[in-house]
Amino acid sequence: MSHHETKSLGGRLLTTTFMVAVALIIVMGILLVKRFGMGLGAVTNMNDGYAWGLWIAYDVLVGTAFACGGFAMALLVYIFNKGEYHPLVRPAILTSVFGYTLAGVSIFFDIGRYWQFYNIILPWHVNFNSVMAEVALCILSYVVVLWIEFTPAVAEGLGQKNTTRTLNKVMFVFIGLGVLLPTMHQSSLGTLMVIAGQKLSPLWQTNLLPVLFLISAITMGYSIVVFESLLSSSAFKRPLETGMLAKLSGVIPWLLVVYLGIRFGEILLNGKMGYAFSFDLRGNMFLLENILYIVPAVLLFPKQKRTNPGTLFMAAFLILIAGSMYRFDTYLVGFDPGPGWRYFPSASEILITLGVISVEVIGYLIFVKKFPVLPKLGHA
Amino acid sequence: MNLNRRDFLKIAAGSGALLATGGHTAMAAPRKELPPNAVGILYDATLCIGCQSCMVNCKQFNSMEGGALYPQKEGIPYEFPRPDQQYWDRPIDLSSNTLNVIKAFRTGTGVNKDSEADGYSFVKRHCMHCIDPACVSACPVSALIKHPDNGVVSYDKDACIGCRYCQIACPYNIPKFEWDEAFPQIRKCQLCNHRYAEGKYAACCEYCPTGASIFGKVADLQAEAKRRLTLKPGTYEEFPLQTVDSGQTIPTKVASYLNHVYGLTEGGGTQYLLMSGVSFTSLGLPDLPDEASAAVSEGIQHTLYKGMIAPAVLLAGLVFSAYRSTKDGEE
Repeated sequence: MSHHETKSLGGRLLTTTFMVAVALIIVMGILLVKRFGMGLGAVTNMNDGYAWGLWIAYDVLVGTAFACGGFAMALLVYIFNKGEYHPLVRPAILTSVFGYTLAGVSIFFDIGRYWQFYNIILPWHVNFNSVMAEVALCILSYVVVLWIEFTPAVAEGLGQKNTTRTLNKVMFVFIGLGVLLPTMHQSSLGTLMVIAGQKLSPLWQTNLLPVLFLISAITMGYSIVVFESLLSSSAFKRPLETGMLAKLSGVIPWLLVVYLGIRFGEILLNGKMGYAFSFDLRGNMFLLENILYIVPAVLLFPKQKRTNPGTLFMAAFLILIAGSMYRFDTYLVGFDPGPGWRYFPSASEILITLGVISVEVIGYLIFVKKFPVLPKLGHA
Repeated sequence: MNLNRRDFLKIAAGSGALLATGGHTAMAAPRKELPPNAVGILYDATLCIGCQSCMVNCKQFNSMEGGALYPQKEGIPYEFPRPDQQYWDRPIDLSSNTLNVIKAFRTGTGVNKDSEADGYSFVKRHCMHCIDPACVSACPVSALIKHPDNGVVSYDKDACIGCRYCQIACPYNIPKFEWDEAFPQIRKCQLCNHRYAEGKYAACCEYCPTGASIFGKVADLQAEAKRRLTLKPGTYEEFPLQTVDSGQTIPTKVASYLNHVYGLTEGGGTQYLLMSGVSFTSLGLPDLPDEASAAVSEGIQHTLYKGMIAPAVLLAGLVFSAYRSTKDGEE
């Protein structure tokens, strides 16, 4: 199925980045002992008003959106049949594998009665009216699908060509699932907040949450592919894949225009623009969030600008920030359970999130250095 | 880039289908009806003297086996203001230890009972036992369920995974989580459903000395609430004690009611009804639309996932496309 070849990078594993990440993981380990021994209140600032905090907003919402590279690239390469982007697929799947797996692990830290988590797959327990049930089941299945999609890289790395060949024959089924499942749960991650009703500010509460979350997740998927390719080219001193990235990023401004059209259309039609200019925290965050969406759209519209790696990097970075803000705003900033409730993540909460990110970084480093993930030089 | 526009339009067409149905409340799930033998509470703030007998007895009876606070590590979970002042349960608000709380509203000099001007009023807060509860719709594992006959919303710790989506969903912030437990539960008022078998009812109503809280069939409570709105302020009338049909009454001077019974329509209606002399927003109750947020959320889900037809069709298309493009590559 692939015309191009991939190759492991090789090289020293124990770099400074690697050691810092290990230190952060050790800190996370100690804090997790406290979390599981004494309860969520001992390490987090979450409370009965703000029942979800940093772990849900960042690790799950932002984490899985950042992990939409695999989804976005599969959509392009296999569904719209644009084979020329194939060299970008494997690294994209790799970050997706880690992003989603660790979002799953973070959920495990976050849920109170984790030892009963298997109830979510028992048909007599599942509540099919629950958006959460759909999100949980979809994410769970997608993690499995992603690992299957990534298996050829692992098998090749271990020298098992037969596994790859057998798997590639049925891979199209998993590719199909690998597009369907994120379409379902990335939109449902928006629908989740519909039931919060008036507790979510009108600047974010709308029945179109699923549409907005889906489009922004796909946009973030393409942006992370561009961002990560430029970053890893510079970090591993490899030639930039600018030509391909420039072409790929042509799709981004169109997605942004549709997103912004729906976002502002809904706000204007429902007469909610006044809230945006109320100059309070929520109004300001709304404006900032959307300015961060508008700037990269303007940056990427002129075709010649897209061949400039600096512009590409900046635009991709801004979209990732904008999409993250949209998620933080919908789940935390725009959420108001009533007077008296306050939330800001505790140091322990932030350190545990940093630990989770560190696992992701280490995993990425190990895999690109030891397994054939990145395109072979001089061939791609 | 030549792929953009055409392929992009395909994506746009897909979202367009969502948009067409996703626009407004037309897609909401149908309004839920009151269960046949729905029971509930009518709270009349004008009769409440703020004695907190309901709070004390709520804790006591719910700490017994089967109660919503059972099992507790040590006896009854009183909340004392300071460790050296352990003589009065004084919680600030609802919590995993307090499922029923009396609060006070004060304005100006605070001398006139049930008045918005220089007045005060009490309010009793606990689970509303919604007709279409957001927590029940939200719960992924059916740990929160609404009894099909009496409509009580109850919790099953053996099903719960502790995701706390119920807390995000509830417009009244009723479900409470045990943040300081290694093996936490959600705690909420279950309308003393553990006492029905022995012919008892909600402890807060049994021990209310003034008839401010009365238990009964919701239909009867609604009728009683409407009767009270027709009474002439300043006259003495009989008010039922403990339950709406107990036969025991207490003569009380009729206050001037706000012409609104909270819970008849709010958020699709509730089985806990409130009456007051001051506005319900002053008492801290949210001003909710008649449509339950659960109905809106389920409407979206059921439109997109009805019979899983749309996802199945989409999957077939995706698998076919993937098959075609991976075959192309191999040739």
